[in-house]
Amino acid sequence: MKTDDLINAISEDAPIRWSLGRIFALAVIVGTAFSAVLFFVGFRPRPDIAAAAETWRFLFKFVVTASLAVSACGLILRLVRPGAGSGGWRLALIVAPLLLAAAVAVELMVMPSASWGARWIGVNARYCLMLIPLLALGPLACILYALRQGAPENPGRAGAVAGLAASGIAATLYASHCVDDSPLFVATWYSLATGIVTVVGYLVGRRLLRW
Amino acid sequence: MHNPMREEEWATWLRQSIAGDAPAYRRFLQAVTPYLRGTARRYCERFGAPPAEIEDVVQEVMLAIHLKRGTWDSSRPLGPWLSAIVRNKMIDTMRRRGRQVMVPIEDVIEVLEAEEPASGLSQHEAEKMLAHLKPPQRDIVEGISLGGVSIREMAARLSMTEVAVRVALHRGLKKLAALYRSDQS
Repeated sequence: MKTDDLINAISEDAPIRWSLGRIFALAVIVGTAFSAVLFFVGFRPRPDIAAAAETWRFLFKFVVTASLAVSACGLILRLVRPGAGSGGWRLALIVAPLLLAAAVAVELMVMPSASWGARWIGVNARYCLMLIPLLALGPLACILYALRQGAPENPGRAGAVAGLAASGIAATLYASHCVDDSPLFVATWYSLATGIVTVVGYLVGRRLLRW
Repeated sequence: MHNPMREEEWATWLRQSIAGDAPAYRRFLQAVTPYLRGTARRYCERFGAPPAEIEDVVQEVMLAIHLKRGTWDSSRPLGPWLSAIVRNKMIDTMRRRGRQVMVPIEDVIEVLEAEEPASGLSQHEAEKMLAHLKPPQRDIVEGISLGGVSIREMAARLSMTEVAVRVALHRGLKKLAALYRSDQS
């Protein structure tokens, strides 16, 4: 086949209807909606949420999880566009861990060391490790599917960042159900759950996102 | 980039094609071909691939540019996007063709001037791969590429709707790209 012949076929192909940004936004919305339905049907926010919402520890969980979701989503869109550079999003991704580390330091300073163990282990650690990955499945699947339209230089890395974004979305929902608010708990168990989802994202992305 | 005028022209054509202008897209593809050929020749020389493979590499990279054109943010310059996609794909295909690739290779952008007039004839792979497509897809890709048949004529010939022909063509092109990816020879 001549290259000119290939050009014949390619130039007859239909134009793109949806931009990559729109496809990605739709994937995030659909994935989040899927998890939200699962969450409100199956788990629901904790009963004392009104009282909890007046404590900084409870509110801080959302600051961390939401900043993870937003920064990971921002970075993904850069990773799947060749030659785009990260435009600061790579740095943005460390905001969530930094905030969490700072909160852990404060918690250790203001709380007596006798209470550290109980705050660290919490009451829901096992739930946390199961529910965050479960709630992350929908967003992860939608995001990875959308990213097949992209062209990541490193498919595994793009998949891992998709895992971080999905964890951020899942953890934001789960945080309203979870009664463990200490940064010690969040830094340990939320991070572990996020790690699981990120590894899954990496493994699937490495295969699925090749182009 | 060495030639900002040309980059701007290519970007304009690609923008027009995103807006649905098929002739502009054809102009873009034809203009990019010599650049791809020059780049493919350098990669093949560098990694000891026979010159016979140059056109296969050109076609593989062109398919990638086509299928991934949606990743270009048309409000940004075209050069960095095009260089990155070409570099990624060239390294990828050299690796698959069994050559030792040591990244980083000097920026593709440096060789934008290296153009290449050539026969444009792929030696083997594209034909071999067309044979892997299923009948309606193969007829459509073959007829439109080799025969220069239009979508409408093709639809009449196969008693299919134009939409179905377009879908089959798009799937056929995606399948070709996937075959390139999986081909280890």
